[in-house]
Amino acid sequence: MTLLKRGLSRRRMLQTGMAGIIGTGVAPLMFTKGAWAQEFCNNPTGDTVTFGLNLPLTGAYAEEGADEQKAYELAVKHLNGEGDGGLINVLTPTALKGNGILGKKVAFVTSDSQTKADVARAGATRMIERDGAIMVTGGSSSAEAIAVQGLCQEMGVVFMAGLTHSNDTTGKDKRRYGFRHFFNAYQSGIGLAPVITEAYGTDRKAYHLTADYTWGWTQEESMKNATEALGWETVQAVRTPLGAGDFSQFLTPVLNSGADVLILNHYGNDMVNSLTQAVQFGMRDRQANGKDFQIVVPLFSELMAKGAGANIKGIFGTSNWHWNLQDAGTIAFTKSFGAAYGAPPSQAAHTAYVQALLYADACERAGTFYPPEVIKALEGFEFDGMGNGPTLYRAEDHQCIKNVLVVQGNDNPTSEYDVLNIVQEVPRDLVAYDPAIFGGDLGPAEPAPMC
Amino acid sequence: MFEVIFLQFLNGLDKGAAYALIALGLTLVFGTLGVVNFAHGALFMLGAFCAVLFRQFLTLETVTLDPEKLSPWGAPLEIREPLVQAWFGDFGAVLVNYSVPASIIITIPIMLLVGIGLERGIIKHFYKRPHAEQILVTFGLAIVAQELIKSFFGPNPIPQPMPSDLRGAADIGAFLGMQANVITYPIWRLIYFLFSFVIIGGVFAFLQFTTFGMVVRAGMADRETVGLLGINIDRRFTIMFGLAAVVAGIAGVMYTPLLPPNYHIGMDFLVLSFVVVVVGGMGSLPGAVAAGFLLGILQSFASMTQVKALIPGIDQIIIYLVAVVILLVLPRGLFGRRGVMEA
Repeated sequence: MTLLKRGLSRRRMLQTGMAGIIGTGVAPLMFTKGAWAQEFCNNPTGDTVTFGLNLPLTGAYAEEGADEQKAYELAVKHLNGEGDGGLINVLTPTALKGNGILGKKVAFVTSDSQTKADVARAGATRMIERDGAIMVTGGSSSAEAIAVQGLCQEMGVVFMAGLTHSNDTTGKDKRRYGFRHFFNAYQSGIGLAPVITEAYGTDRKAYHLTADYTWGWTQEESMKNATEALGWETVQAVRTPLGAGDFSQFLTPVLNSGADVLILNHYGNDMVNSLTQAVQFGMRDRQANGKDFQIVVPLFSELMAKGAGANIKGIFGTSNWHWNLQDAGTIAFTKSFGAAYGAPPSQAAHTAYVQALLYADACERAGTFYPPEVIKALEGFEFDGMGNGPTLYRAEDHQCIKNVLVVQGNDNPTSEYDVLNIVQEVPRDLVAYDPAIFGGDLGPAEPAPMC
Repeated sequence: MFEVIFLQFLNGLDKGAAYALIALGLTLVFGTLGVVNFAHGALFMLGAFCAVLFRQFLTLETVTLDPEKLSPWGAPLEIREPLVQAWFGDFGAVLVNYSVPASIIITIPIMLLVGIGLERGIIKHFYKRPHAEQILVTFGLAIVAQELIKSFFGPNPIPQPMPSDLRGAADIGAFLGMQANVITYPIWRLIYFLFSFVIIGGVFAFLQFTTFGMVVRAGMADRETVGLLGINIDRRFTIMFGLAAVVAGIAGVMYTPLLPPNYHIGMDFLVLSFVVVVVGGMGSLPGAVAAGFLLGILQSFASMTQVKALIPGIDQIIIYLVAVVILLVLPRGLFGRRGVMEA
């Protein structure tokens, strides 16, 4: 009775209760501020942070993979403050300081994806689970990119895609954890169709040979839509297996099909082989429908052009980037890469290098490696100085929107690297599109999955 | 439509000739030594790289730096001058142009040595072992060979240009008195077809019309009896292995302008040539040739859009589908002999 009278008044109870609530509930939050930073996949706790490079070092796109590897090694050097700094000096805006990322030195591990989606996925899993990769990047095939970005979404690791050109990568298969700097098949079609219809006329009949996987399908569809809208007719579209080697059985039906243009939706070694064999079949010396027979390669790279030799002369295509551009970013990167490796970089090398820098910059701007925050920093990021003019990392589909190059095989090369001429730099406004047309769902960034 | 079918048939013959040529060595080794040689694809690949090596030698260059001119990355520009052409003048230029066929000259002794070395060094120890062990050891050899080539030449294909006079397509239609520019076919593919024909014919003639060949055929039929007659049949079989390696090697050399070789090219052909041998009948030379042409022609026709419209994806499975059907109907293959691989 006495006690109740003395102290345990209503006021006292409220005071004690509030103190208890504050003491046990709120105060710990002060000590655990930023505790989410501990709760994500491969949070780097030491003084290094590891990139997982998933590269096709063998298989149909091996040459691109080897060039990507060189670019990543150069990017890591520049991020760690070694060398001449490369594109760090010209990227605007940038938070990069050349002292690693958030004070941690950048290291990397590599896996050979063999240009196969299942091997790429297994390699990425190994690099995340065993090697502690904070970010996975690389790839030269859209099948690989789509497989790996799906995995990265499941494991909560950011995927910065290398060379992937299928509309599906940032279309129906887009993922919140996946980002693409490279352009896509739709943009190739939109950029290339006006140039080839102007060069070859609007009354043309096209025959497509198409690599039978996601990239080939969307490349074929994009080229058909873009050329048919300008008056061309599609005679036939034939799918060929990836890495077929000998395309002769697919080329013989082209000869008397009524087509006067052959569109090769092939890339890498497949493109080198199919183009070389098409030339052996005399297609460039042929007349059809009263016109000179023409060959078009919608997606070109200088590595392929070198492989195809003289066969590439005069042939139109598109590229994401070319070392011969004259902006400050391109000059800086070509100088850095050339000094390191004695040859100019390919578009595969360029996109790989840029992706590594953009991820590092996003971490610096976010102030953390926590993937949802890094994703927020990348989404809608507008930057310049990386060689493609002003570029937007579109938030809706994680597709970079920037200028597209229409290129043509050089008739009079002055060196073994001088294989492509830039015919036109298509402004990014012309190749931008509504992200809704390719559907897909990015999915959530949070809660960040734990690997 | 006639020209479409004719061209596809021609393409089938061309493919079939390549398959038959590659499978010929495989079946030759099986027929003589009784060994299932899964390193045969590697021999094809080694031959192709003899052509690569020969061309790399012919196109050796001297490199001088021109400090007056700079590359885009600021290094002095490299001035490259061909070395062999400087030595041999016009003859050097012709040699470079014809490097692929010319490389056969070095490929024959190299492949003969490789074949004989392989047989004496490793394969002879597996004659009396089960076929599964032979397959394992020869497959292992193939992997070693391809990794060696990969480490020396890198993983990327190395294009080998055909002679400039033989580029482009021949107008076969005009040659046969039909309309010009309708039936045209690459000259090098026609050459490869004729080359295969000559090599296959040569191997048959060698086995059929020489004493050496007669002894080998007798050994294939009854090895022990031939041995009892005092003939060193093992030595002849070793030479046959070397001959098979040479056939595979020069098939690889002549194929390089059609498909730039990389370290994996042999493995790509191995499965196909094994199917050809099985369909033709293990150890049967006529069987390998017949099956090669049959599968080549069928594969070519299966790739036609009209056929694929009827049966989607048929071009990918036709070879294996035909193999299954033939082996169901004729378990020993087209020309298989009783008792071969039936123990």
